[in-house]
Amino acid sequence: MHLRVENLTHSYGELTVLDDITLDIPTGRILCLVGPSGCGKSTLLRMIGGLEQPDQGGVVALDEPPESSLNPLTYIFQDFALLPWRSVAGNVALALEHHALSPNERDTIIADVLARTRLTDFADAVPRQLSGGMKQRVAIARALAVRPAVMLMDEPLSALDAQTRELLMDDLVGLFERTPFTAVYVTHNLDEAVRLGHRIAILSRRPGRVREIVEIDTPLPERSLTDPALAAAREKLWNAMRREAMEADLELADA
Amino acid sequence: MHDAHASAQKPVSNNNRSIAYRGGGFAPKPVAWAGATLLIGLLVLAEIGTRTGFISALTLPRPSAVWNTFVELWTSGLLFKHLIPSITRLAVGAACGALAGIAVGVAIGLFSLARGALVPLVAAIFPIPKIALLPLFVIWFGIGEGSKYALIAFGTFTPTVVATYGAVDAVDRTLIRMGQSFGLPWWSIVRKIVLPGALPGILSGLRVSLAIAIILLVAAEMLGATYGSGAYILEAGSRYDLERLFAGVTILSLLGLMVSWAVGQAEKRLLAYRG
Repeated sequence: MHLRVENLTHSYGELTVLDDITLDIPTGRILCLVGPSGCGKSTLLRMIGGLEQPDQGGVVALDEPPESSLNPLTYIFQDFALLPWRSVAGNVALALEHHALSPNERDTIIADVLARTRLTDFADAVPRQLSGGMKQRVAIARALAVRPAVMLMDEPLSALDAQTRELLMDDLVGLFERTPFTAVYVTHNLDEAVRLGHRIAILSRRPGRVREIVEIDTPLPERSLTDPALAAAREKLWNAMRREAMEADLELADA
Repeated sequence: MHDAHASAQKPVSNNNRSIAYRGGGFAPKPVAWAGATLLIGLLVLAEIGTRTGFISALTLPRPSAVWNTFVELWTSGLLFKHLIPSITRLAVGAACGALAGIAVGVAIGLFSLARGALVPLVAAIFPIPKIALLPLFVIWFGIGEGSKYALIAFGTFTPTVVATYGAVDAVDRTLIRMGQSFGLPWWSIVRKIVLPGALPGILSGLRVSLAIAIILLVAAEMLGATYGSGAYILEAGSRYDLERLFAGVTILSLLGLMVSWAVGQAEKRLLAYRG
């Protein structure tokens, strides 16, 4: 599904957080949004999926989502957003229960996504028993279950420790390799951006504007952090972001 | 650097102090025997005091005499004649009040209009001593069981409302956003996310409102009831029969323990996921 953000502007009262954002989100590619904290990247992501309304401009779909998609725009949240009283399978089922599926179809989907995220053995565990990485894999399984046309990922690895983050990045690359998906991936981590992004859009500090777009053509599975091309892209991103981050750091939150 | 090296080679002498532990406390643990020991200790003290005459019979009844009265109540079958109407009143009144309270509390938690209209109303009726309204309830619902149910229900209602809407407010907003992002219908979000999320707060509110219900039960039974623990206590009090008075009070304590145990069981089953 091809989305486009068009002239999107948003303010909270006097404070403009997003200023005239125009972005293309093409099918089958991962767009990373990076920027200093407070630049409105998470707000923008919520607007792309219809969880928040912009003041001006908007997000348009340039084509129809595939028929098979149960929930075209599907989020993966930073803090996992799992129901603590439901088992792993129950959390995945939550996303399916209100769709017209036979119990059989539903069970097949749940078994399939749990297998793809290597969670089959933990289907009956409750979130309290899981590690952070496992919790996020449950959230990924839940997102895959509704066959999204676009995945909207809001700092999905930020709540995890560095090792788990590496492992989960490999998982995401593996999932993409098997079935390429369209995604908007919000992060403040440049390593994640150069590892997972086909296009990386840098937002400026508040009010957020698109400062620069960097394209990386290396296919995801071939990327490694020692690759000079990636290191150069990372360097370029950091140079563009450094000033914004430094100035954002000196601002009062409510100024 | 040199000093540190030198002292490491020195044999352990009196100069080497071990670091004093200062991280203890502030973590009370349940001590199973303490409650029973205190209770038994107080009873033994009272027994000794009344037997030696140190405590006069007018001040405190002898615990063994209270026990005998209680046993007599049991064997004569009078205990259940008083206890069963009490439990019925408590169950009907508290169930009505708690269910209505949960419904209103959830409405306040979900709808702006309900919140705007009902929060001030609940704040206004919460501090009214419900016992003061008993004559009014007698006129409205008759001198029979109706007015007793109403009093208990009304008293249970307000604290349940306050606990419930607080619990609904405290439900993690990101979970509700998640539900919306997966396209869950409104009612599914309420049923599958809001209500289970509010359940811990509602149950701890129930502990308070059910204790209030027991207090009101006694008050209601003191006004116009032939049977019931309140009527029994009132009768004993008016005859200055301390043994029976204390036997009646013991029944109420037992009722309180039973209610608290029931809520504890509900928490254990419904909130098992918290581990």
